[in-house]
Amino acid sequence: MSAASEGLDSHLVVDRGAFRLDLELRAAAGETVALLGPNGAGKTTALRALAGLEALSEGHIALDGRDLDRPGSRRWTAPEHRGIGVVFQDYLLFPHLNALDNVAFGPRRRGLGRSAARARAAAQLDRVGLGELAKRRTRQLSGGQAQRVALARALALDPGLLLLDEPLAALDARTRLDTRAELHRHLSDHPGAAVLVTHDPVDALMLADRLIVVEEGRAVQEGDAESITARPRTDYVARLVGLNLYRGRAEGHRLRLDSGGELAVADPLDGEAFAAFRPSAVALHPRRPEGSPRNAWPATVTGVHRHGDNLRVQLDGRLHAVADVTPAAAAQLGLGPGQRVWAAVKAAEIRAYPA
Amino acid sequence: MTAPAAPTDRRRGPHRRRIPVALLVPALLGLAFLVLPLLGLLLRAPWSTMPERLTEPGVLAALWLSLRTATAATVLSLVLGIPLAWLLARVDFRGRSLVRALVTVPLVLPPVVGGVALLLVFGRSGPVGSRLDEAFGITLPFSTAGVVMAMTFVAMPFLVVSVEGALRGADVRFEEAAATLGAGRWTVFTRVTLPLIAPGIAAGTVLCWARALGEFGATITFAGNFPGRTRTMPLAVYLALETDLEAAIVLSLILLAVSVIVLASLRDRWTAAP
Repeated sequence: MSAASEGLDSHLVVDRGAFRLDLELRAAAGETVALLGPNGAGKTTALRALAGLEALSEGHIALDGRDLDRPGSRRWTAPEHRGIGVVFQDYLLFPHLNALDNVAFGPRRRGLGRSAARARAAAQLDRVGLGELAKRRTRQLSGGQAQRVALARALALDPGLLLLDEPLAALDARTRLDTRAELHRHLSDHPGAAVLVTHDPVDALMLADRLIVVEEGRAVQEGDAESITARPRTDYVARLVGLNLYRGRAEGHRLRLDSGGELAVADPLDGEAFAAFRPSAVALHPRRPEGSPRNAWPATVTGVHRHGDNLRVQLDGRLHAVADVTPAAAAQLGLGPGQRVWAAVKAAEIRAYPA
Repeated sequence: MTAPAAPTDRRRGPHRRRIPVALLVPALLGLAFLVLPLLGLLLRAPWSTMPERLTEPGVLAALWLSLRTATAATVLSLVLGIPLAWLLARVDFRGRSLVRALVTVPLVLPPVVGGVALLLVFGRSGPVGSRLDEAFGITLPFSTAGVVMAMTFVAMPFLVVSVEGALRGADVRFEEAAATLGAGRWTVFTRVTLPLIAPGIAAGTVLCWARALGEFGATITFAGNFPGRTRTMPLAVYLALETDLEAAIVLSLILLAVSVIVLASLRDRWTAAP
């Protein structure tokens, strides 16, 4: 078991001329790492490289101490010999086989006889709670059921590494909730490493132990759910977690923003820094506010739309920001596009951290 | 049909518009042109003597030979044609478009020309034929094997084109999924690719078999016209036409019946195709 505990160690470089993926990715046995990023960031390319469906240009992939792909020393293991389980985005269950034989496909290829492979598949289907649907054609399965069959199929070979490509993207909101909870349970039980690719921050935060945010082929931020949601480092991440984010140079309690203007912050800091605050921390006033807030600036409303119970207001001006206000407050201000207001944020509401 | 609401009526409106006469007349003429000859065949058939006609030894021998050779040619086309279609669909090699064009040449080539070409290569004095004769004493022209060769030559492209289309339409990601589950290239092909394109293969097989069954030009050129050995149904029809019109009609009816059956089965397969 000592070798198995090593998990995945990889440096994925895939050069396609216009696009270059360059990503260091490690996952210990038992750990789930999420690659989170917008479409076209290279997440799926990373997954395909790990599975052996795409070759690395440089770098390496090692699983449990075994080199799977290392172009530098011309080492390459074909996908069928990698022992990596993959749950594909739209599951790719074989349409000509029933659920049971889909799951038995892997064990069969490993040399198990038909009945032994089916017994193993049946046990695996039971584990995902689909024992009764073994004889179903894949076409007759619902989205959530197909997802579970795909998971059972990928896990049937006890893979050292499990890859999941947008495992919940194809599901409707209701099914998604249940399936996510169940997937989380299976990922916790899985003794090997797991890499999850998603553009949905909720999936990433709920399912993974560690997140890597990928943009344009590179990791831009890495950490656990808490550190990423509290301290976003790119606009993409800030939007995902719903924060206003600015970058600038801090001098004590003042942060001079790259985009012009400055913010007063509660915690003193020096050097390149980020500042982030929640939309609900922004107060809107018809006139220049008096009293406590040290951060106040004139702004123009460019858009208003519903956000949960509140209204989300897009603000243009010296600082681009979004503000959440209650419908009552919005009605009082008579908010509408083009309207001029004063926005204010208390220094204590702003989290500043080094860049 | 029951009390349609106003919007339903409006939606159905465009479909109910009058068909232009300039389109309707030629369409009906075209239909008549295709159907009338077949109708004539049915009307002129000697229905009273049909049972005796059908069991004449010459007819039975020709039918039996046709069924055997067409089936053999289809099997040969499957064995050679599916790998060829796979090569064309899945392997990126130089000159692929040229190879694809070459494969489809027999589709448009007059079959007689195909027969002449086969004769030149596999004939007793041809470069391949002479060696086969010397080394193994095998003579292909004017034999039943020659019939199968002529049929395969004209019919295999139908299978290749059909299967290649099915392969291009099939999602390669299923094959990738199979690979991640431990299946090597050959296993992927037999366990995933073939089942996925089964409807395309079935359609191609039926087309191929029908084309082989109706083969005339290449067969008579390369294999000749020997009763029981190379005289297939189409050849028997042609021969009977010179001596016994009724016999020609009976033979033609048999081929027509087979074609209709093939067409019926093909329709189902095609609607099931991916």
